[in-house]
Amino acid sequence: MSSSERKWKTIESGPHTYEEALHPVVRKNYGKWKYHEIPKPGVLKHVAESGDAIYTVRAGTPRQDTVDMLRLLCDIADKYSDGYLRFTVRNNVEFLTPNPENVEPMIRELESLGFPVGGTGMCVSSVAHTQGWLHCDIPATDASGVVKSMMDSVYREFKDMQMPNKVRLSTSCCSINCGGQADIAVVVKHTRPPRINHEHLSLICELPKAVARCPVAAIRPTVVNGKKSLMVDEAKCICCGACFGACPAMEINHPEHSKFAIWVGGKNSNARSKPSTMSIVAHNLPNNPPRWPEVTEAIGKILHAYKEGGRPWERMGEWINRIGWKRFFEETGLVFDKDMIDSYRHARTTFNQSAHVRF
Amino acid sequence: MEGANGAASQGAQPGKESGKETNGTFLNPTPMLDELENGPWPSFVSGFKRLAERTKKPMLRGVLDQLEYSYKTRMGYWKGGLVTVDGYGAGIITRYSMIKDKFPEAAEFHTMRIQPAPGLHYSTAMLRELCDIWEKHGSGIIALHGQTGDIMLQGIEQDKVQECFDELNQAGWDLGGAGAGMRTGVSCIGPGRCENACYDNLKLHLKALQYYVGALHRPEWNYKLKFKFSGCPNDCTNSIMRSDLAVIGTWKDSIQVDRDEVRAWVEERGLDALVNQVINLCPTRAISLRNGEMEIENRDCVRCMHCLNAMPKALSPGKERGIAFLMGGKNTLKVGVNMGSLIVPFMKMETDEDIEAFLELIDEIIDWWDDNGLDHERIGETIERVGLKQFIEGIGLEADINMVSRPRDNPYFKAEY
Repeated sequence: MSSSERKWKTIESGPHTYEEALHPVVRKNYGKWKYHEIPKPGVLKHVAESGDAIYTVRAGTPRQDTVDMLRLLCDIADKYSDGYLRFTVRNNVEFLTPNPENVEPMIRELESLGFPVGGTGMCVSSVAHTQGWLHCDIPATDASGVVKSMMDSVYREFKDMQMPNKVRLSTSCCSINCGGQADIAVVVKHTRPPRINHEHLSLICELPKAVARCPVAAIRPTVVNGKKSLMVDEAKCICCGACFGACPAMEINHPEHSKFAIWVGGKNSNARSKPSTMSIVAHNLPNNPPRWPEVTEAIGKILHAYKEGGRPWERMGEWINRIGWKRFFEETGLVFDKDMIDSYRHARTTFNQSAHVRF
Repeated sequence: MEGANGAASQGAQPGKESGKETNGTFLNPTPMLDELENGPWPSFVSGFKRLAERTKKPMLRGVLDQLEYSYKTRMGYWKGGLVTVDGYGAGIITRYSMIKDKFPEAAEFHTMRIQPAPGLHYSTAMLRELCDIWEKHGSGIIALHGQTGDIMLQGIEQDKVQECFDELNQAGWDLGGAGAGMRTGVSCIGPGRCENACYDNLKLHLKALQYYVGALHRPEWNYKLKFKFSGCPNDCTNSIMRSDLAVIGTWKDSIQVDRDEVRAWVEERGLDALVNQVINLCPTRAISLRNGEMEIENRDCVRCMHCLNAMPKALSPGKERGIAFLMGGKNTLKVGVNMGSLIVPFMKMETDEDIEAFLELIDEIIDWWDDNGLDHERIGETIERVGLKQFIEGIGLEADINMVSRPRDNPYFKAEY
């Protein structure tokens, strides 16, 4: 449709307004909440200074939803929560109702439709993730399929509240790690330098941009068959894939050599310890669709050891800080190796600059 | 697989036992994807297949075919491009199939990023209208939500984008950010339900993103810039790590204590729990047991939230509330992960004037970044490269000991003389 035919003049409105999306009891008690309880897994009760209470029922979703699925969630909201619903940053759906009698029927209906009720308190939460093969232009794997496989394997832990503290999961389809820092993260790790498509490179890439993108200055201009192209110093290359985003002819993705790594101990909250970044604890796991069994097995080992050994309120990283990395590897059965010693910027901040030793 | 035949494997549509059964009419076989219909967690594959069988949209069939092919070959097949709406330079994520000869129905599969309401609140009227417009013009696939906070309407062809946008825009929706500009923001539920919300993050989110709406639609900075707004230091939006501009609620005075509720908590859980789960876990040892009662030395408190989380009925944030402002969070690409660091320890955030003062500060910051940043450099990287000292001088802030974990451990600087 050309501009001349357009009747509508764009309103640059920014975010959708929120007031009409708030339940009337929320609107009435906005900013005047007193405390909350978790009466059972998947249910929150918030009490306001006015004495009003609102109940939240939380359920997992696939995140990759459809209009049909969302209409179904709207039906539930119309039936049980006066036509209001919201989503959490970990892709759960929430229904808020002032009527406690709606809670149990709503749980039954959500469960019967396949939406697991849970995701509250000391549980394994749903996975923060991005797009993968479904939609991304640089992925080495799929996101939603890995997530589905992971959540199938921790389904009970999502619905229970039996962990020492909450466990945040994430997954990412390249080393940019869009899924973010998490207690356990599953992230693609390339193991070979990019293959260079010299035929296409000068046609589709801005050479200086690709050179500038490399964090270790491993990319240099060259001429191949009379055409301007790039070359990679493979000894220097750290297989990060940053060049691929700038230049799709730097082919980093590989069906065999793009592997998975598992990271633990990321934490965003300020509660107790300061926010922390993750450490790598397994790598070279195969990218094995459609169910990625090696990945879910490793996650299972980590979760099992944490559930057994963690004290109340200890997040994954805090538990490891107490027991030490040596015992972490012993108790999870994962194997520490030399590639897990940091060799990048700020590496010395991860060295043990003390005589503190664990045996 | 555990629970494969359990209730949850039915997926999200009543009266259908499995999406697999819908196969065989409109869709082509997708044996690998079908494996993802097993197991108790709701299956996106079942959802896509049901949608495809109902709507008979060729794009859905093509995308499932291409995804199956990705699963078989372990490679991705989308490439970017440039699609936009009138007057905007961002907001549509363009995807063309690299193998459209093989899967012509998947030739185009563009995404429209849409900014949701702060706090991700919806009325069913809003959401149903969004679904109706999207089904009319696009594939009907929606991701709630993208990691930057957008509603992701996935799967539309270029020639339908403008008309779809116009209808969405009339219904109160606007595109989200992309590229080197302001990005869509994220807020936690804030004062909408949480007793720990220390400021109205939904309001600040709305005002800030409205203020920067031009920079969001027409990106022209060094790189992306993301806001996240968390009501308290629990930071449920993960703002410290996930955003360049992290706005986190906090308080200045003492934690509010309801002594009767503290006693009730101890009565229910025992003194051991008070010692092991509250007192011993305080990161600055600000809590002690005195004559059998819990005492908080507020001068030692760093407002981490742990004791409030453990005793939500007994303890609340203080009364003098506002925000702490951190900057520079980003993930791994190039220099490695960077956690945001503290720039402003406390600002009031109650009145419209407070919001204006905050936005003036952000304007100063963006101006400084425009002058000092390099192409494809996040602002946290610029601050580290140029210097935090130079940065605060540049934007007119005084040095504050809260900006660092400790003073420097080397003498390599030149003071003014």
